[in-house]
Amino acid sequence: MSIMKTLLTTAVGLGLTAGIAAADGHAKTITIATVNNGDMIRMQGYTDQFTEQTGINVEWVTLEENVLRQRVTTDITTNGGSFDIMTIGMYETPIWGANGWLVPLDDLSDEYNVGDILPAMAGGLSHDGTLYAAPFYGESSMVMYRTDLMEAAGMEMPDAPTWEFIAEAAAAMTDRDQEINGICLRGKAGWGEGGAFITAMSNSFGARWFDEDWNAQFDTEAWANTVNFFKNMMDASGPAGYATNGFNENLSLFQQGKCGMWIDATVAASFVTNPDESTVADSVGFALAPDNGLGKRSNWLWAWALAVPAGTQQEAEAKQFIEWATSTDYIELVAGNEGWANVPPGARTSLYENPEYQKVPFAQMTLDSILSADPNNSTVEPSPYVGVQFAAIPEFAGIATEVSQEFSAAYAGQQTVEQALANAQEITTEAMEAAGY
Amino acid sequence: MATAHSRSAARIMIAPAVFLLLVWMLVPLCMTLYFSFADYRPLRATFDAWIGFDNYVRFVSSSSFLRSVGTTLWMVGGILSITIVGGVLMALLLDRQMYGQGIVRILVIAPFFVMPTVSALVWKNMFFNVDNGLFSYLYKFLGLQPYDFLSQAPVFSIVIIVAWQWLPFATLILLTAVQSLDSEQLEAAEMDGAPVLSRFRFIILPHLSRAITVVILIQTIFLLSIFAEIFVTTNGAFGTRTLTYLVYQRVLESQNVGLGSAGGIIAVILANIVAIFLMRIVGKNLDN
Amino acid sequence: MARAITTKQKVIWTALAWAFGLLMFFPIMWTFLTSFKTEGTAIADPPVWFFFDWTLENYTAVQERSNYPKALMNSIIIAVGSTLLGILIAVPAAWSMAFVPGKRTKDVLLWMLSTKMLPAVGVLYPLVLLAKWLGVMDSRALLIVVLMLINLPIIVWMLYTYFKEIPGEILEASRMDGASLRSEILYVLTPMALPGIASTILLNIILAWNEAFWTILLTTVDAAPLTAFIASFSAPEGLFYAKLSAASMMAIAPILIMGWFSQKQLVRGLTFGAVK
Repeated sequence: MSIMKTLLTTAVGLGLTAGIAAADGHAKTITIATVNNGDMIRMQGYTDQFTEQTGINVEWVTLEENVLRQRVTTDITTNGGSFDIMTIGMYETPIWGANGWLVPLDDLSDEYNVGDILPAMAGGLSHDGTLYAAPFYGESSMVMYRTDLMEAAGMEMPDAPTWEFIAEAAAAMTDRDQEINGICLRGKAGWGEGGAFITAMSNSFGARWFDEDWNAQFDTEAWANTVNFFKNMMDASGPAGYATNGFNENLSLFQQGKCGMWIDATVAASFVTNPDESTVADSVGFALAPDNGLGKRSNWLWAWALAVPAGTQQEAEAKQFIEWATSTDYIELVAGNEGWANVPPGARTSLYENPEYQKVPFAQMTLDSILSADPNNSTVEPSPYVGVQFAAIPEFAGIATEVSQEFSAAYAGQQTVEQALANAQEITTEAMEAAGY
Repeated sequence: MATAHSRSAARIMIAPAVFLLLVWMLVPLCMTLYFSFADYRPLRATFDAWIGFDNYVRFVSSSSFLRSVGTTLWMVGGILSITIVGGVLMALLLDRQMYGQGIVRILVIAPFFVMPTVSALVWKNMFFNVDNGLFSYLYKFLGLQPYDFLSQAPVFSIVIIVAWQWLPFATLILLTAVQSLDSEQLEAAEMDGAPVLSRFRFIILPHLSRAITVVILIQTIFLLSIFAEIFVTTNGAFGTRTLTYLVYQRVLESQNVGLGSAGGIIAVILANIVAIFLMRIVGKNLDN
Repeated sequence: MARAITTKQKVIWTALAWAFGLLMFFPIMWTFLTSFKTEGTAIADPPVWFFFDWTLENYTAVQERSNYPKALMNSIIIAVGSTLLGILIAVPAAWSMAFVPGKRTKDVLLWMLSTKMLPAVGVLYPLVLLAKWLGVMDSRALLIVVLMLINLPIIVWMLYTYFKEIPGEILEASRMDGASLRSEILYVLTPMALPGIASTILLNIILAWNEAFWTILLTTVDAAPLTAFIASFSAPEGLFYAKLSAASMMAIAPILIMGWFSQKQLVRGLTFGAVK
């Protein structure tokens, strides 16, 4: 008896607690979904200052990138209203903006100075000229290399290397006995991982995802050249498990001194030059992402940006937060506490005009990389899509994830590059037909 | 014993559970069924309520479908065989007299309490990782080339992770069965000079058959829906895409809810075929 | 198998069993050790075992970044709540199946189990839309109900198998004495089936605790349990093994400890009717 009674009371009690907790909503609390990247974690640390200034409380939902995408996409498509601010990228923003799911950021205050946002970033986060998300930080990709190893190999990195040079240097720097891989690149499946890298790389090889009539182009020689070049170079000079390495894996390899070169996001520059985390902090050099002399480089363009979903009850508060987090004041706040190298980069023109920031070793190369990427004109031959390392259509994420899985399987030696490309062609054609192109 | 009175009482008492499960099953299922005949692609803001069997045809005719069914069977089969064989051996071992039996038992069942996400993360990063994983150190220590488990033996790696989580469960159920063995019968057989293997074959195994079928049934139900382990380790690459994962890709990654719902319905049908098949065997076994 | 065995045999079995036990436990042990290392030591080559500067910095870092107590509280409430609610509904159902079996009883039981085969993601959109329509997104009540429904078939089945082992005559006798149905279940059946009920509760708390699909996709802040907590540590930038280990230990420690303390009950009742 007593057991049943206890059980009952507990159950009822729990139900009540749950009910009360659910009803317990504050008027002035905003909920922000964000990705667990270093700059966002740092921002969470400064939230108290925002609350002090404005009296608005902030609740954080911090999730790993893939889980975050699931969560916010489900929420926005079902009009779930769970968040007041979502952290999204350059891929989602124009699509969601076009669907009317985001609040236009066209009424931000004068002191915020929208005009200061780097034009490349503002362009990628707009639809039809309206800004839908404010960049928290922006990035392109570039070569990061070990100056000491480069010297030991008797070579010199030009500011704008070619793929030939990179492959040659990678082979020269590789020392398997010392566990030094000449080059570390993303081979991990996923459209934002290896998919982003190979797509950006293919631009410099003259390849494109779709021709002007939206036909998949994986049966072209340009794609075969891209993937074969990548695989041959990585097999010769890359780490053993490169088919499963993404940004994080390569970052920790580079920080441990196991990579001669690494071509990846410009934001990584501050991690690999941070002596607290990186064993090679004082011997890192930077160069533009390589090209093939075809007029396009292999660097991408991306921004993590803050957007307000339409239908939120706290639009004003949410915009207030966005203005705070993506302002020059916030950048100065971080600079004052943790140094200029650790401020969120790539979002504002004024940052790169700041003489203090210009002293940061990777500042100029980051800016040059960002400026050399053009989402509206990313391929050698004309293409119908916007985006450098992606095509800003809703179907792309799904297709590119499957395609990059085929590529990863080829990197791992489970199928040939030809098979992978044939499968990619089939997958893409099939999906584009289903989408009604 | 069953009077008319208790019969009607029984019906009333079973009603809440049946009703709830019916609602739980029918409402989402009907909605899924409804979506599966629709062209529902939220990111395009497309909703066309009736497009016939297009989604089904597309899902089944895609080359990934059959492969994913194959992968599912491989994975579930692999995990089941490891947990059953390992579970029987472990149960027999734990049944012996030894020092610190309680502690050993605690050690053995611990993996069952670990969240799938956590165990996948730990195995992926701290064991399978080719650069910093423990297995790589072991390989290097033995003078071998480190082996990249997740890209070279992806299905096997996932089988290992899941089997590690479910081996304790199998062991526990089999252990209770082993403990109920008739020790006199065993001793008699031993006296008669029956060798270890035939004692196992003719006395222990038949006694465990019931427990084994129960383990198979319950684990299959859970294993058909493994998701976190694949999501965390390979993201479906290298041929680790199970049917559940394929549905996930269609619904969430491609944002084609119609196509994914059709996949979900197909998965339910296939799972139920497996279930009916299993239930037949178990049902028989549970009756005697 | 209580047979007299020699000490030598006992030592051999002990060694073997301990070897296997430690092997099974090793990943958890390693995570535990790593959680007290610095990020640098965590990836040291060769691996460092016990002799390093033990540090709590990872736990502090994890703690600073997230609201662990709240996530823990939510996990407890959701896991315990969904289990108890499930038991309340399952006990009468299992009673009637075990003691008043009809022609369809076995079919109903099997059908219940088959509801577990619905792939979760297939019903994601329906469920999210329903939850939104009812206005219960991100509430613990929603998760309690959803997880209860997911695990109800297992609960019913476990209870059914225990109840079936209880001789019907005892219940009948109590009925002869004029006990009502309610008191028959409460005072006669329940105490007798207590070990079974206890292990059912334990198993389902574990299952609910570890559920990582709905608990992430149906929650935001208020109801987010430890599974969501882990999702924010799973792949951050840079070296993260030590912090990941600390977060992992924090997520699994409560259930691990509960499991260890209650393993006798769990073992005793975990038969699913497998023993006869």
